Amino acid sequence: MNSFTLTQATAIDEALRDKASHDNSAYLGGGTNLIDLMKENVARPTHLTSLHKLPLSQIERAPDGGLRLGALATNAETAYHPEVEKHYPLLSQTILAGATPQLRNMATDGGNLMQRTRCYYFYDLATPCNKREPGTGCSAIGGYNRIHAILGASEQCIATHPSDMCVALAALEAVVQVSGPDGERRIKFEDFHRLPGERPELDNTLQPGELITAVDLPEKGFAKHFTYLKLRDRTSYAFAAVSVAAALELDGNTIREARLALGGVAHKPWRSKEAEALLVGRPATVETFRQAADQVVKGAVGQGSNDFKIELARRAVVRALKQATEMNYELDENAFLNSNP
Amino acid sequence: MKQTIAAPPVIRLGTDYIGKPVSRVEGLAKVTGAAKYAAEFNVPDLLYGYVVSSPIAKGKITRIHADEVLALSGVLQVFSHENVPSLAWFDRSYKDDLAPGGSPFRPLHDAEILFSQQPVALVVAETFELARYAASLLRVEYAAEAHETDIEKKRDDGYEPGRGKSGFMPPPKPRGNPNEAYKNAAHQHEAEYIHLAQHNNPLENFATTVEWLGEGKKLNIFDKTQGAMNVQQYLTKIFGLSKEEARVISKFTGGAFGAGLRPQYQVFLAVLAALALERSVRVSLTRQQMFSLGHRPHTLQYLKLGANENGGLEAVHHAALAETSQFEDFTEVVVNWSGLLYQCENVKLDYQLTKIDANSPIDMRAPGAATGSFALESAMDELAYKAGVDPLDFRLLNYAERDQNMNKEFSSKKLRECYHQGAARFGWEKRNPTPRSMRDGNWLIGYGMATGCWDATQQKAAAKASLTADGHLMVSSASNDIGTGTYTIMTQIAAQTLGLPLEAVTFRLGDTELPEAPVQGGSWTAASVGTAVQAACQALGKKLLKLAQQLADSPLQGAAFEDVQFVDGVIRLNEDISRRVGIAELLDASGEEKVEAEATTGPNMLKQQPYSMHSHNAVFVEVRVDEDLGTVHVARVVNAVAAGRILNPKTARSQVLGSVVWGIGMALMEESIMDHGFGRYINHSLAEYHIPVMADIHTIDVVLVEEEDDIVNPLGVKGIGEIGFVGVAAAVANAVFHATGKRVRDLPVSLDKLL
Repeated sequence: MNSFTLTQATAIDEALRDKASHDNSAYLGGGTNLIDLMKENVARPTHLTSLHKLPLSQIERAPDGGLRLGALATNAETAYHPEVEKHYPLLSQTILAGATPQLRNMATDGGNLMQRTRCYYFYDLATPCNKREPGTGCSAIGGYNRIHAILGASEQCIATHPSDMCVALAALEAVVQVSGPDGERRIKFEDFHRLPGERPELDNTLQPGELITAVDLPEKGFAKHFTYLKLRDRTSYAFAAVSVAAALELDGNTIREARLALGGVAHKPWRSKEAEALLVGRPATVETFRQAADQVVKGAVGQGSNDFKIELARRAVVRALKQATEMNYELDENAFLNSNP
Repeated sequence: MKQTIAAPPVIRLGTDYIGKPVSRVEGLAKVTGAAKYAAEFNVPDLLYGYVVSSPIAKGKITRIHADEVLALSGVLQVFSHENVPSLAWFDRSYKDDLAPGGSPFRPLHDAEILFSQQPVALVVAETFELARYAASLLRVEYAAEAHETDIEKKRDDGYEPGRGKSGFMPPPKPRGNPNEAYKNAAHQHEAEYIHLAQHNNPLENFATTVEWLGEGKKLNIFDKTQGAMNVQQYLTKIFGLSKEEARVISKFTGGAFGAGLRPQYQVFLAVLAALALERSVRVSLTRQQMFSLGHRPHTLQYLKLGANENGGLEAVHHAALAETSQFEDFTEVVVNWSGLLYQCENVKLDYQLTKIDANSPIDMRAPGAATGSFALESAMDELAYKAGVDPLDFRLLNYAERDQNMNKEFSSKKLRECYHQGAARFGWEKRNPTPRSMRDGNWLIGYGMATGCWDATQQKAAAKASLTADGHLMVSSASNDIGTGTYTIMTQIAAQTLGLPLEAVTFRLGDTELPEAPVQGGSWTAASVGTAVQAACQALGKKLLKLAQQLADSPLQGAAFEDVQFVDGVIRLNEDISRRVGIAELLDASGEEKVEAEATTGPNMLKQQPYSMHSHNAVFVEVRVDEDLGTVHVARVVNAVAAGRILNPKTARSQVLGSVVWGIGMALMEESIMDHGFGRYINHSLAEYHIPVMADIHTIDVVLVEEEDDIVNPLGVKGIGEIGFVGVAAAVANAVFHATGKRVRDLPVSLDKLL
């Protein structure tokens, strides 16, 4: 870790100015990922603009009727917030499937979006990595790639995005509110993270200096039929091999609306609108779910150690949709606690 | 001394502590932070060393740009092979007590790179942060050479290692005619079993704080180790220090599981820097660097078992091929158990090593036995199905009444009771023998079981007991407590031997100024140090009796040591317990400030020679496997252990609980992934090297089976640190087979293998 200077900003414009006035700077939220990366010399900022004192910790009704999560609200505050628990239980469940209580107490909602991949090679300076040092090559391709992407990867990078929370945010069609040198803008969640393509060093579409100030949840929370199914190598404190956020609106046994997003399979939370379209208007049966699952993994490519994830993703989608159908959160508020195998 | 004292009042303190569930005597110190670990000794004017590790697995260092780093203010030195003086002429000076055959790794010795993450330099600075930063800037140039880290590619280069390290027993010669017997067997099973390397990963990282005392070259060396004495002799030989100059202290150890049996390179580097700079120095390793230490070796095992029509075992052939480094022959007993556990007349056991470009393996909990039992007990399970016999009945049918490897009687063997009591507690009779026949919704349910075995050994050890006028007994031995409960059981033994209340006894360990003790490992500490503590206290008791008999009108006049008992704070006659002398009053009357005694004990070879001495266990496991998704949960474990006398059922149970957690980890998640392209363990963090978390652990039921044994040692104790772990991985894998019908022969049983 190199030496660095740190400024405590107290207002958004002050934070933007502070970061812009320092070369090689970064925003510091909860620090649960950035500080690790600095200890490993993967990130070497020489200046940090601390966001801790910005007034961005509120969770409140959004102007358009949804819920606004302040960027500095912690993951724990969000997961246990009464409004989130009541209207967006999928988000609660997803957050609680990630990390540990200690980490969730520190990690912020904005920071969760900014997590970098957990690719072994990205973290190990002894190995080449296009994401860490563009142009050096991808060690995971042809190496050990159990935790790597099966969808949307490129010849430059096969890393996955590690967040659980973001999978739910993708399914719920959240909107990311950002402030930057050119003012404020809103980014649809599906446009926030990006696929590696030829620029694997870029995880998302934020422009230089831009700062996440809030994440807006639309009114519709799918609070009745939903599930977050996370499959991993141990029961807690492990990143997903494959995870699925599924949310349904049912009319009797007919699917009126569907949301389906996967984690652990791509460089971004992988929402499959094609599979969602396939579900709508169909009966909520295993046969329907299988067709959706096949659609999700269409075009999936294994890299060797992660070949199993294609079949696992198929099965996970079927199970998640089944669980979401059977779930009735209005009747049993603890139903989702036992939904992970 | 001739004076009378009043008879003490009859009190019933109750000083029989052995076998009682006494809570850890050091527990309060540990939970309040008063217990200090190696990296927590904040001595004045401390310097910090940070290790720079090799990114390549094989080759040479061609250049180290130390000057660039030394230019930073506050950086004192960059130690590397370029400036480290030739320390000891012979490489055997680097051999510690547990070094295997070959030539030990010598840190910063030359430009040669022998394994990835090998330490190549130590950057020493005024602060830890600066040392770490400077280390990140240090440019080291290498000439890489082609490496080989995959034992699959070295299958044909296996060789028999010979005797290897102390305690290693090569496989016995074949008996009977295994090939013929296998050919004629009614039921045959043949398969290969594999696990990759696993790293010990104690939660406390390896660290050393060396305190420079300023007088001559005198050092206090606070080290994370399982054996202060072993570290001391290693350092004195290499650095030419006297024992007085190199005091090694290790009072608390945050787990080690074998990784601390040998001195690790951080202690070498810290001492090197302290001597060169004449300052106090601390060197601690990062979690990533912990993967540069030893590991349980990647091992391939071939099993061939044959049984007759009745399920009687007719042939056993067990062959293992394990990795070792280019420079040492690390050996462990992997296959011998297969000739010992079951009655069989035709047995062939082979053990070979093959060299790869990685660091030497090291003992890791139940070394060899954990490896061997996974293969043997999986194969026994497979053969039981082929023979159509219940896996438990199959083992009972082939129960060994005698050690056929050594052709000796067992000193004691309550394995049959382990089977019976374990099965009863588990409810084994409810098992439907057909695989994939038990379920609960999506969950496939499986019952599996396995057997474990470990050696009961005793090493030479010494202890000192010192009773002061204030009635306090201090007992000491340079042993260690790696979390096993040594402090507690030694306190119990001492208190009971001299009939003193527990609170009046303090046990000291982890200091080379104390009487000599072996490294803590191999499950021998309770037997070795316990016997020495008991003997020292008995010697002290004899002195007390003599003092008591010097009293005028002593009620103990003429009594031999065997005629008296030490209990409830008094010495009293066996025959007439009203004839007694209070120990506190005795010291008072005698005018002695303290009474001391020392003892050195070792195994009674003559008594033990005719016997084979082992602990055993039977493990029963229920798994639940998601039929579609392959996730495995170990819902229930019953572990029935026969390990001689249990000194403290609370700490013993705790050892077995931890062992089961280890077994679940070995079965379901632990593996150090070597990227053969880089020749480097690539999942070198606790985020990616998975060990169980609380949510993975459900019901664990420990059955401590009564076992008397007056052969193993005077205490009758066999040790319990290892045995609870042996067999657990196989029992889990066997249960997974019963649940799913899928046999996984390469650990871990991860979900992808069950899809």
